[in-house]
Amino acid sequence: MAVRVQHEDFDIGAEAARLVAGRTDIGSVVTFTGIVRDGNGGGTIAGMTLEHYPGMTEKELARVEAEARARWPLQASLIVHRVGTLRPGDNIVLVVTASLHRQAAFDAAAFLMDYLKTRAPFWKKELGADGSEQWVEARESDDEAAERWAVSDPPGLTPSRKR
Amino acid sequence: MPVKIRYFAWMREKTGKAEEIVDLPAGLVTVADVVEWLKGRGPEYGEAFAKPGVVRAALDQTHVKLEASIAGAREIAFFPPVTGG
Repeated sequence: MAVRVQHEDFDIGAEAARLVAGRTDIGSVVTFTGIVRDGNGGGTIAGMTLEHYPGMTEKELARVEAEARARWPLQASLIVHRVGTLRPGDNIVLVVTASLHRQAAFDAAAFLMDYLKTRAPFWKKELGADGSEQWVEARESDDEAAERWAVSDPPGLTPSRKR
Repeated sequence: MPVKIRYFAWMREKTGKAEEIVDLPAGLVTVADVVEWLKGRGPEYGEAFAKPGVVRAALDQTHVKLEASIAGAREIAFFPPVTGG
């Protein structure tokens, strides 16, 4: 039940261990880590800067987390998102979900990432190896990934409708 | 009533400011009305708001559509679609 926005790196193992420490009611922990990639074969991206909307970011992340907890029986959850300048290979985002059984933890982690990507006010600017700078454009596939969780959709049908 | 307007990402770069306090004229009802009013303030605003459908908005740090009423809002933010994660 926590969200954090920070410049520093995070330790995936330590974060997951802290979440379950001293508890015996958790049967599954899922961790997802997003990493800065150098997408086009390597060597084209020097890094990226992540800007956000302080205040709204934390509110949106908390809202997304609350939505996940309303949908799945989660014993614990955590979202950590980094801001500032990052290099290829650096961690960007961590999502941890803990539940009695694996399915809730898997599904809630996927949901948190899909919702976070379309709602949390972060913006990435890529820094090219040649010194260029470019704002990353939002991807339609991210909207579609988030839409598959829409509650108005008939249960069980949504994934197959994805392109 | 003074309102704080905030800009993020390339909208901040195009307007040349991260935030400003403005006195909105009476008669502006929706976020879209604010956009139209801002566009009349200078070419940098015209450029920032040039692409219809791309601009996203938040009222008091909550996502809203451009048709939303600005009644009671203290902070209005404009930004491109988010790209975190």
